[in-house]
Amino acid sequence: MTDPLFVPPTRRQLLTMIGKAGGAAALYQAMTVFGHAAESQFNGPPKLSGARKGSTVLVLGAGVAGMLAAYELTKAGYNVQILEFQDRTGGRNYSVRGGDTINELGSTQTVQFAPGNYLNPGPWRIPYHHRTVLHYCKELGVELEHFAQLNFNAMTHRKDAYGGKPQRFRDLYVDYKGHVAELLGKSLNAGALDTTVTAEDKAKLLEAMRDWGVLDKNMAYTKSVKVGEQRGWDRPPGGGVNGAPIPNEVGTLSDTLSTQVWKEIGFYTEEVMQATMFQPKGGMDHIGKAFTAKVGHLVRLGTRVTKIAQDTKGVTVDWTDAKTGAAGQSKADWLVCTIPATILGQLDIQVSTAKKAAIRSLPYGNSVKIGLEMKRRFWETDYAIYGGHSFTDQDISLISYPTGNWFGDGPAVLLGAYPFGIGAYRLAGMTPEKRIAAALDQGSVFHPAEYKSEYLSGASVAWSRMPWILGCCATWTEESRAAHYQDLVSLDGRIVLAGEHCSYYGCWQEGALLSSIDAITRLHQAASAA
Amino acid sequence: MIKKHKTGLVALAAVTLVASATLASPGFAQDRPGPGGNATVDDSGKEVFEQICAACHMADAKGGGEAGARVPALAGNKNLANKDYPIIILLKGRGGMPWFTDILTKPQIAAVITYVRGHFNDYKDPVTVADIDRIGSTNPPVPDCNCGH
Repeated sequence: MTDPLFVPPTRRQLLTMIGKAGGAAALYQAMTVFGHAAESQFNGPPKLSGARKGSTVLVLGAGVAGMLAAYELTKAGYNVQILEFQDRTGGRNYSVRGGDTINELGSTQTVQFAPGNYLNPGPWRIPYHHRTVLHYCKELGVELEHFAQLNFNAMTHRKDAYGGKPQRFRDLYVDYKGHVAELLGKSLNAGALDTTVTAEDKAKLLEAMRDWGVLDKNMAYTKSVKVGEQRGWDRPPGGGVNGAPIPNEVGTLSDTLSTQVWKEIGFYTEEVMQATMFQPKGGMDHIGKAFTAKVGHLVRLGTRVTKIAQDTKGVTVDWTDAKTGAAGQSKADWLVCTIPATILGQLDIQVSTAKKAAIRSLPYGNSVKIGLEMKRRFWETDYAIYGGHSFTDQDISLISYPTGNWFGDGPAVLLGAYPFGIGAYRLAGMTPEKRIAAALDQGSVFHPAEYKSEYLSGASVAWSRMPWILGCCATWTEESRAAHYQDLVSLDGRIVLAGEHCSYYGCWQEGALLSSIDAITRLHQAASAA
Repeated sequence: MIKKHKTGLVALAAVTLVASATLASPGFAQDRPGPGGNATVDDSGKEVFEQICAACHMADAKGGGEAGARVPALAGNKNLANKDYPIIILLKGRGGMPWFTDILTKPQIAAVITYVRGHFNDYKDPVTVADIDRIGSTNPPVPDCNCGH
């Protein structure tokens, strides 16, 4: 082998190249340098004005989509009323605290958390580019704080990796890129890619792999002080006579691959999962509460819609009062319906056959969240984990450490489970007590000495059993989008639908808000033209 | 992630179009747990029922909720007299209920329908993988419904 002649590229060139090469960390870095992929379509709040005097709009559902609609339409001059199934506003914008009751099909829980602690059963994190949510938080005075998403010191557990012993994400990440870099270096040096890359690029790639993988002089990924500077230490740097650090052993290629750490790297590289992320201080429901402060007086709670009809003059909604059982009826010129498709598909609604088909062709994913209140923040004091997620291939899928009140004394709530799919079905099918027991058993793999002994109380929400939605959020496919999406979102006479299910940002509040802005903008155009 | 590598997952002409969109990985841009989660479902009809179906239809298979917001009962459900009916719904989903082709294998689907029809109803003839293949190849439409009943 001849020594490649290095002409070191500039740092900028290297970064560009590395990004193209597609390594996840490299891509992440490249994204932060160059990176704005497609963001939210938000272009500022809708500027609606000049509603005809006396025009009325009925909004079904007081989640964030419905309340945004009411807020903006009121500003535009419409008289708005909201009908809400539950006895609270907010919909999936939801936080539970001590004293709250969680009513599922088949069970009731009373949350026991200490004052100030909470669980966000629904949305819990806001990407920096969800501009609509961030805009309304600012406009409505919702205090946001950082949400710790990526934590290199959190853990990864797979039953068939490292004998089931959880590993720090940092270690796996450094090992993964080290081994991949070594292998690519070997391929390059063996000439295996000589017909694929130019000689100049080959030289750059070899340097890139040496830097990126922290390879030794033989282009091998081995234990070294340099690797220790990324991976951590057997004995960390200190002062005085024993100040010199001792690096720890690197993981083998096979062990590294068995953890499937590339999935985690890919996860954190997705635009919606990238730092920076935010959360409302004290609970996600502060967003719903802020909207409620503006439009709460327009909401009729405990109102179960039974029929939605329309004619050329307006809409008529039949409902029953949940407490009294009394029947009622509301009329308006226009209707914004944010009722989830799981429920709307069961109602008598006077819209086109195509829209009915769209509503009834939209299955909802299932998800479960479990909050576990612990006596103390042992993950901080004993593990140096401040926020972020530890992932597992068990039913719970992950545990997530709370952001906020770091270093605080007293009990804290961590997220003890957040699965979709099989894990979520399995946990949802259990009683609340069994869910907690399963979450404690499974989460103990990360913190075996503390998890059960520090446990105080728990609360869970299985979305498939929440009686007002019967699911978590809409599951679209490319095919169902093609067949039904436009029919779902179209203005149908005097009725328009809104919510996360009517967006390409499914399962996010951003989608609910963008959908609502689009819906009321079209409604206002039609109302102005009528 | 759902165990995409698992052999024997249903791959029928009628349903392959949706196979790429698993419910553990709900697709474009959605919030989701991430790389954790690789839970598996046990194979007997009773186990599949308890681990999957009961999440919505409840442990007693009686469903729940109220008119307009109901999870239908599987127990005492006359629609199940025709075994093609539950097969179609499990392969294609209906209303708020998703398809289960990316979570369950053909033998698991056959087993759970056999269990639900026989244990919570009195339809004792078993559902086989051949029945599922037959539905997959003839691709009948999803029966219309008032989805809560």
